[in-house]
Amino acid sequence: MSVSARILVLHLGLLALLFVLQFVLPPYHHGNIARIMVLASYAIGYNILFGYTGLLSLGHALFFAAGMYGMGLTIQHAGFAPAPAILVGILAGAAVSAALALLALRTIGVAFMIVTLMFAQAGYLTVLYFGEYTRGDEGFVIQAAQRIVWGIDLSDATNRYFAAWALFAVSLIICLQVVRAPFGRTLVAIRENEERVRMLGYDTFAHKLSAMVLSGTIAAAAGAFYGLLFGYAGASFASVQYSILPLLWVLLGGAGTVLGPFVGTVFMFYLIDLSSGITTAHMLIAGVALVALTLFAPQGLVGEIKRRGAKWLP
Amino acid sequence: MELGPYILLATLEGAVTAAVLALTAVGLSLVFGVMRVVNIAHGEFFMLGAVIAWYVAHYMGGHPALGFVAALVLAPLLVGGLAVAADMTILKRIEYDPERTIVATIGLLYIIQQLTLMTYGPEARPVEPPFNERIALPWFEFGDDGLEFYYPWGLSTTSYKLAVIGAAAAVLAGVWAMMTRTKVGLLMRATQADREMALAFGIPVERVYAIVFGIGAGLAALAAVLIVPIQQAHYLMGADPLLLSFIVVIIGGLGSLPGTVVAAIIIGLSDGIISVFFSPTLAKILATLLVGLVLVFRPQGLFGTRAA
Amino acid sequence: MSVLLETRGLSKNFDGLQAVTDVNFALSEGEVRALIGPNGAGKTTLVSMISGRITPSSGSVHFDGRDVTALPAHKRIMAGMAYTFQITSVFSRLPARENVALAARRRMPASKVAGAVDAAMDRVGILDRADEEAGNLSYGHQRLLEIAMGLVQRPRLLILDEPTQGLADGEIGGFKTLVRDLAKEATILLIEHNMSVVMEVADRVSVLNFGEMLAEGTPKEIHANQAVQAAYLGTGADA
Repeated sequence: MSVSARILVLHLGLLALLFVLQFVLPPYHHGNIARIMVLASYAIGYNILFGYTGLLSLGHALFFAAGMYGMGLTIQHAGFAPAPAILVGILAGAAVSAALALLALRTIGVAFMIVTLMFAQAGYLTVLYFGEYTRGDEGFVIQAAQRIVWGIDLSDATNRYFAAWALFAVSLIICLQVVRAPFGRTLVAIRENEERVRMLGYDTFAHKLSAMVLSGTIAAAAGAFYGLLFGYAGASFASVQYSILPLLWVLLGGAGTVLGPFVGTVFMFYLIDLSSGITTAHMLIAGVALVALTLFAPQGLVGEIKRRGAKWLP
Repeated sequence: MELGPYILLATLEGAVTAAVLALTAVGLSLVFGVMRVVNIAHGEFFMLGAVIAWYVAHYMGGHPALGFVAALVLAPLLVGGLAVAADMTILKRIEYDPERTIVATIGLLYIIQQLTLMTYGPEARPVEPPFNERIALPWFEFGDDGLEFYYPWGLSTTSYKLAVIGAAAAVLAGVWAMMTRTKVGLLMRATQADREMALAFGIPVERVYAIVFGIGAGLAALAAVLIVPIQQAHYLMGADPLLLSFIVVIIGGLGSLPGTVVAAIIIGLSDGIISVFFSPTLAKILATLLVGLVLVFRPQGLFGTRAA
Repeated sequence: MSVLLETRGLSKNFDGLQAVTDVNFALSEGEVRALIGPNGAGKTTLVSMISGRITPSSGSVHFDGRDVTALPAHKRIMAGMAYTFQITSVFSRLPARENVALAARRRMPASKVAGAVDAAMDRVGILDRADEEAGNLSYGHQRLLEIAMGLVQRPRLLILDEPTQGLADGEIGGFKTLVRDLAKEATILLIEHNMSVVMEVADRVSVLNFGEMLAEGTPKEIHANQAVQAAYLGTGADA
């Protein structure tokens, strides 16, 4: 089988598998996988900036929350229907990521990480500050009645699963296409040696800006979907923890691989889920995982597979 | 209370904040200055200092001063030791790569924080100060006979708070003396100035790094022991000091000790005064935005000489 | 012969250190020009200002009749310059083929890229190693890879920064032949330390010393020039 065909079979195969699982999973895992697919979409968005372009942002929760609150607030306070509300969420994410990119891309390395962290923190605090509208940490519920799109009731588990699947499928395919196209290859080259890319005639700033906007927009879409599908918007999704989680998922699964984010999200989700049953300190697992990954396996699970022979994995 | 006395009170409270903040931030600044890495777990070292202080005071009994003094010695040593261990097992292995260090220290943050949650628990617990006399403060007004002093009700501080300010100043002076007068300090400054040359001169750079990381953590723990009789010990109390130390170090200039102290004073004092007029959340929003913008447009801060 | 590249009064001052002073430099289309000078003479700084990597303190750069002084580096590259770095600038974790493809993609429609890449790699002689990771290539081959990346861009002006540094004698011989071949299609500016390369390959030589243009002429003229010899060898007291 040619490389192209192999790639297609693998990725479309995963989508097909997830589609079919809808019909066979018991309710508990059914809900989990739906959540995982939305969060994995977030991770895919994050990976485009981190894994492929080489820019480590510590502020992606800002985009996730922009999507969630763009959607949530317009439903709650402006009476929007779900579909336009999601659109508002996505556009909010695009706008916020463009604005942050214009500022943050003037810095590199550690400074970039801290700048993104600071602006995301400011965003989180702003959500708290306007608690009158956002209900702050407590958050607000999006009623089932408000979650009906084109006649489809999203509070129904099956519909919810398919909606999550659709988001994941779109994100996965976008990522796959982007990284194999010239734009994506240029991003990888920028990650490897930005100055060289510049001296080959590429406008590297424009490329990084586009990467950040694409990354932030996918993250915002995930945030908007998460709020709509699970009926809740809260400030915790804007907190530092939700900036660190996609980093963790991507590192674990394999930065710079298309499937890595999904693998990492599944793994980590269930790992934390299992340990939540034992102790309230389940983020301990996240901490240990982060240290272990940085020390021993910075290339992650899929990255390791790729290194050991499957070099064709995108 | 009228505005004048109120601001004096806010200033005094702010001075206490500034003192503790200066100690904590200097710890962070030392680490960045010499090792060129950012330690995101710094706030957790602070928190550990407070929690250990509680354990020591709790199990020692007797006069609060005994437990407190013991904590003042034990907490920085234990936390410093933990930091040295973390440096030798983790940071050294990832070769102090700036980005990997940030990720690893985020992991360390969660480990320390969650282990504390599992052992110490989610409650906030107080520690008794060694002494705590209330000291009323005078304020003035222009009365019939010219300048008159009176004691507004509510305008007071405590002997302990004044002692905190004094202690912090003393420790900072000690750190400055160590950096400029002792051999250890000289080794640290040499390593900071030029790591390669330091290696070439036979300076044990990795040992210097371990010591610096330990001292940085120890300073944070010490600051926490000083503040814990005023606040309480809680497993999440590391977040604010982390953010504030960051703000101080970045605005003061990464790696510049005088800059850090000046920035700590400014921010500690203004935090108190701004909270009088604005909501604390808004103050924090402005502070985080300020840090972000400083890093973007003036990365060397106010006093630093290198770009971040 | 029309002038392709010209600098007028180009200077660079780094916080008090005057690196380049008032350089007037003109390169004709089709020329092969060598830029030589002792270490620290300012050659790399001058060339960095020409290519746009650093901004001059004063003076101007003109390319193909246009004042490009304010033009950012990537736009100058697209205007017809190509710049090959010293060694550490190939993408070492990517295959050699992808290295050249990155250089090619900017310049031609996607359908032509694969063919152009193969042609360029064949011309410099590394086609058989196209699928190897660039970092695994030998030093000499990485150098050739850099040149392939340069020439696949079909530049008007090809700037080579110390291209023969570290090459074995046999490889240098191959390089000389390659440059003479390339000179048929592109104007070439090379920074060089190897005098035999300069003598055999360059049409004209410019000599930089302490940031100033010391002399310009044919290789033979420069070779015999007293001032140039003094600059390289020192005059005893200030060696």
